[in-house]
Amino acid sequence: MRRAGVVALNTFREAVRDRVLYNLVFFALLMIAASVAVGQISIGIEQTVIVSLGLSAISVIGLLISVFIGVALVSKEMDKRTLYTLLAKPVRRWEFLLGKFAGLVLTLAVNTAAMALGLLLVMIYVKHTLERSDAVVLVAVYFILLKLALIVALALMFSCFTTPLLAILFTVGLYIVGLYVQELRNVPVNVMSPAMAAFTKWLSYLLPNFENFNVMAMAAHGKAVPGAFILQNTLYTVVYCAIVLTAAAAVFSRRNLK
Amino acid sequence: MTGPAIEIENLTKKYPFGFLNLKNRMSLEGLNMQVETGEVFGFIGPNGAGKSTAIKLLMRLIFPTAGSARILGKPISDVEMHRDIGYLPEQPYFYDYLTAAEVLDYFARFHDLTAADRKERVERMLKKVGLETARKIQLRKYVGLAQAILHDPKLVILDEPMSGLDPVGRREVRDIILELKRDGKTVMFSTHILSDAEMLCDRVGVIVGGKLRGVGAPGTLVDMKTQGMEILFELTGTSNAPLLSKATRTGDRYRLQVAEEELYAAIEQLRGAGARILSVSQVKATLEEFFMNLVEADRAQGAAVEVSGQ
Repeated sequence: MRRAGVVALNTFREAVRDRVLYNLVFFALLMIAASVAVGQISIGIEQTVIVSLGLSAISVIGLLISVFIGVALVSKEMDKRTLYTLLAKPVRRWEFLLGKFAGLVLTLAVNTAAMALGLLLVMIYVKHTLERSDAVVLVAVYFILLKLALIVALALMFSCFTTPLLAILFTVGLYIVGLYVQELRNVPVNVMSPAMAAFTKWLSYLLPNFENFNVMAMAAHGKAVPGAFILQNTLYTVVYCAIVLTAAAAVFSRRNLK
Repeated sequence: MTGPAIEIENLTKKYPFGFLNLKNRMSLEGLNMQVETGEVFGFIGPNGAGKSTAIKLLMRLIFPTAGSARILGKPISDVEMHRDIGYLPEQPYFYDYLTAAEVLDYFARFHDLTAADRKERVERMLKKVGLETARKIQLRKYVGLAQAILHDPKLVILDEPMSGLDPVGRREVRDIILELKRDGKTVMFSTHILSDAEMLCDRVGVIVGGKLRGVGAPGTLVDMKTQGMEILFELTGTSNAPLLSKATRTGDRYRLQVAEEELYAAIEQLRGAGARILSVSQVKATLEEFFMNLVEADRAQGAAVEVSGQ
């Protein structure tokens, strides 16, 4: 575990030095523009507009980072052969994978926290105050981070057995499908054969459920998110990531490096 | 440690290829050998002979089709054996976003060293491998070498440590290998440059076409024996000594190649002609001749260097 920590910190350092955090400048500019623009709109919906825009930006920026850097975490080290020297150290392959995963999640956490802080500042600027109910924005940001962790795990797993380009396609594809898992569960059973219905149901539980992480509407309107739901999403992410990373480790531990 | 540093048993690696992966390209075939503790072992062979494959198998970068190996008494699947070994890959590459010192510090962190110890070792290594003065093109090799010996390993495995280095760099690497030997370390390195192997190794293993063709002290291997003697001499003015017609002339200097048993007679004749002998040296088979003989012997036996098909 300590060795995974060493890899994680180096992954974080790589992200910082590769200027991944520069996206924050873009986010800051967007938020400043929005806060100026929102002043022109009628009073009462500033909160909705600012929160929706801010959370969407946090989510999209996070998605781009988690997919593209998530896929490159392992493939870059294989392509550049930096992995050769590393694996000759007393470090197991799964420890390397876990470290890479943790390093990018740490990067995303720092990045997301900075953006969340920016969003809160803009909310204060627009509303001149923060209310207790605004805490839901933080819950929404937390859910975005959980979602990103899951995406990183998937991107990492795909990159362990396929090319970076395909890994990106698989990850994005699975993310899009995962947004509609609920629809899959809601397909009327009577339109399918029993076997097909069973398969659909089974599939809907197997696929990552990204829909549950979206509480943007509640956040925009200041509605509280139940504590049990927060706990459920947290546990779901931890368990799902653990399964995906175990699969990734199983594949990667047997892989011949060229 | 009393047993051998490396024990390799029937190590085999085939790469499947073709549609449905039905064909196999043999990269290493039934390698059996040992590297004794405290010796410098050279792994020699032409490019593509299987040297790197064998080393990568030992490092678990690739997995064998058959066979097994033990390093320092532990099976190679045991990650703990990596505590006591250092490895330099053939084309080392490191993180662009780290300085040389940071790269070394990063790798040192996997070896349970304290921060102060890491700092001291990194500084010492940077001095030792001459990184302070190294030019960029050789930098990676030096960093690679430094990370391989940073943690004071018992066994150092170097894949083509001299390739891509200028004569000064090669000399430095040779000195480092000799120093490791003096410190009682076991060193195994691969090379396609025979003179490096001869100069440094207690024993060499010759590998051609994925098969081990011989193991022993350099010089005892048949094709590496002396082919003759070369005499370098100076002669001003002219002489009608019959040997002169066989010599190659550059200004006043001549080079003459003779068979070993004719050496003294030739020297007498040259002295009689008023020549000043500058040097006498052994002429050995060139690398190319040496390996071509093996490769041709291989073909003569009807076995292709690359075995394909099932």
